[in-house]
Amino acid sequence: MSGALASRAASPYGDAVKAPSRWRRALRADEVSYLFIAPALALYIGVILAPILMGVRYAFTNWDGLRRTVDNVGFANFERMIGDIQVRSAVLTTLVIAASLVIVKVALGLALALAVNGNLKTRKFLRVAFFMPVVLTPVIVSYAWKYIFSNEGSLNTLLGVFGLGPYQWLGDPLLALISVIVVTSWQSVGLSMVIFLAGLQAFPPELTEAAIIDGATPWQRFRNVTLPMLAPAMTVCVVIALIQGLRFFDQIYALTRGGPGYATETLSTMIYRISFQFGEFSYGAAVALVFSLIVAAIVLPVMVVLRRREIAHG
Amino acid sequence: MGKLRYTSRTFVGEVAMLAMAACFLFPIYLLIAISFKERSAWGESPMSLPLKPYLGNFQRAWSEAYLGDALISSMAVVAGSLVVLIAAGSLAAYFLSRCRPRLGYTLYVFFLLAMVLPFQLGLLPLYQMMRDLNLLGTPFSLMLFYCGYQLPFTIFLYAGYMRTLPRAYEEAARMDGATDMQLFRHVIFPMVRPITGTVLILNCVFIWNDFMTPLLYLQGSSWATIPVAVSAFVDQEITDWGVVFAALLIGIVPVMLLFAALQRKMMDGFAGGLKA
Repeated sequence: MSGALASRAASPYGDAVKAPSRWRRALRADEVSYLFIAPALALYIGVILAPILMGVRYAFTNWDGLRRTVDNVGFANFERMIGDIQVRSAVLTTLVIAASLVIVKVALGLALALAVNGNLKTRKFLRVAFFMPVVLTPVIVSYAWKYIFSNEGSLNTLLGVFGLGPYQWLGDPLLALISVIVVTSWQSVGLSMVIFLAGLQAFPPELTEAAIIDGATPWQRFRNVTLPMLAPAMTVCVVIALIQGLRFFDQIYALTRGGPGYATETLSTMIYRISFQFGEFSYGAAVALVFSLIVAAIVLPVMVVLRRREIAHG
Repeated sequence: MGKLRYTSRTFVGEVAMLAMAACFLFPIYLLIAISFKERSAWGESPMSLPLKPYLGNFQRAWSEAYLGDALISSMAVVAGSLVVLIAAGSLAAYFLSRCRPRLGYTLYVFFLLAMVLPFQLGLLPLYQMMRDLNLLGTPFSLMLFYCGYQLPFTIFLYAGYMRTLPRAYEEAARMDGATDMQLFRHVIFPMVRPITGTVLILNCVFIWNDFMTPLLYLQGSSWATIPVAVSAFVDQEITDWGVVFAALLIGIVPVMLLFAALQRKMMDGFAGGLKA
């Protein structure tokens, strides 16, 4: 390597043996060549930005995904959406699921983090046990849950011991919604736990000690010391839970396919169904566009509010 | 806190937490318990331990769900995507941390935009693009998708780390007349190895587990990845839970092994990586 380096000895500070050619210099942005960013830009624009912009355009057409000709139809797709009861129900279901997930993941994730951060002897094992579902393939473990929830499945067997049930966990609209939330929480609460845990382990023990000396009760310590210190972790957890909750698809696909009826149909599963099973690309794109605006309208303000709180607590 | 005493109340708490952990691990136990039993046996006592392990379910699942092919397909997609992601991501992050500050910041925000942008909206046109390029049904469609989709996140991880690197080594190498590429390969890339590990693990888990994209791009082709192959098999086989669970177990064993080997690094990666 050093030989290769020496043979090209063209110090930028002395007389260059061979000045870099003009086009090479033109490609440089200060210290590095634009060639470094070219592959990333090409991939980003080609695979993400261009398709999204095309998607926006399709929302205003009647394209079915097959024909070569495309007609502009203005806002017709959006007008159709306003009268579409299924879209309205999917929006509501998506919001209910996302809100429940945020609450469960923040509350339970924080509780688990506090518990496994303490002096339990098995805390290392507990962390692994609670976190493991996070890395398992969602669609695959959801099929295991489908068995647990089935009529002759483990849950009904267990409840049967107490003389309860059997319930149609995935057959009843409300129970199916709860089941989907349970499975998704099970899979992702470990993520909130490790994020809170990292936050807890980062803060100086003197703070808690000082609070104890000042005679703060455990609740006061939690409320006035721990919680404010965890504000950055809280922001991350809430935002991740929101985005996941608004978008998730795999668990519903495996558990209920949006059923019974359309009780667990979310915007994600609906877009999939409209676009790829019914072949209505342009209507699917319109729903996706509205969905994106909903996600942005919820996530961005939440981020701003939480960040501001972080700064306030400094 | 650290030095709190271990009291009887702590013990009660510990038992309660262990009970909860048992509930968390129950679905995984069930996968093992049922997949190792013959149909008649799990029908009677599905939740008991499989004392006489029966392997017939695995044989059937492996051959009928084409899991060998799916395993190869999944590994090819993960490996191919990771190579490109790491190369393109680290180069781009290096550019961002070393170009003019205003340009760097603008481009950084430009890439981060993707994290709030709605990928569902791009899914349909991208599907059509893949079809026009004749990539549908091949692993290249997936690789291309992940290389774009996971790139902002990869750049994000690398850029945070590269900003903190001292510049002394670079200046020394430049004095020796190293070209940009030599400098990057021999000086920068080795220094960012820890973050390359995080990038590898997180992207590997995301790509391996993804279901919706391969469902769209590979369904019905011989290149179906593990989640798609397993799901397709389960949907047609739903009556025989022993065989279904064998397929499910084979499907998650690779991730479980990876997790068993890298527990600590994975948990840190998820906690720090998603937060960074």
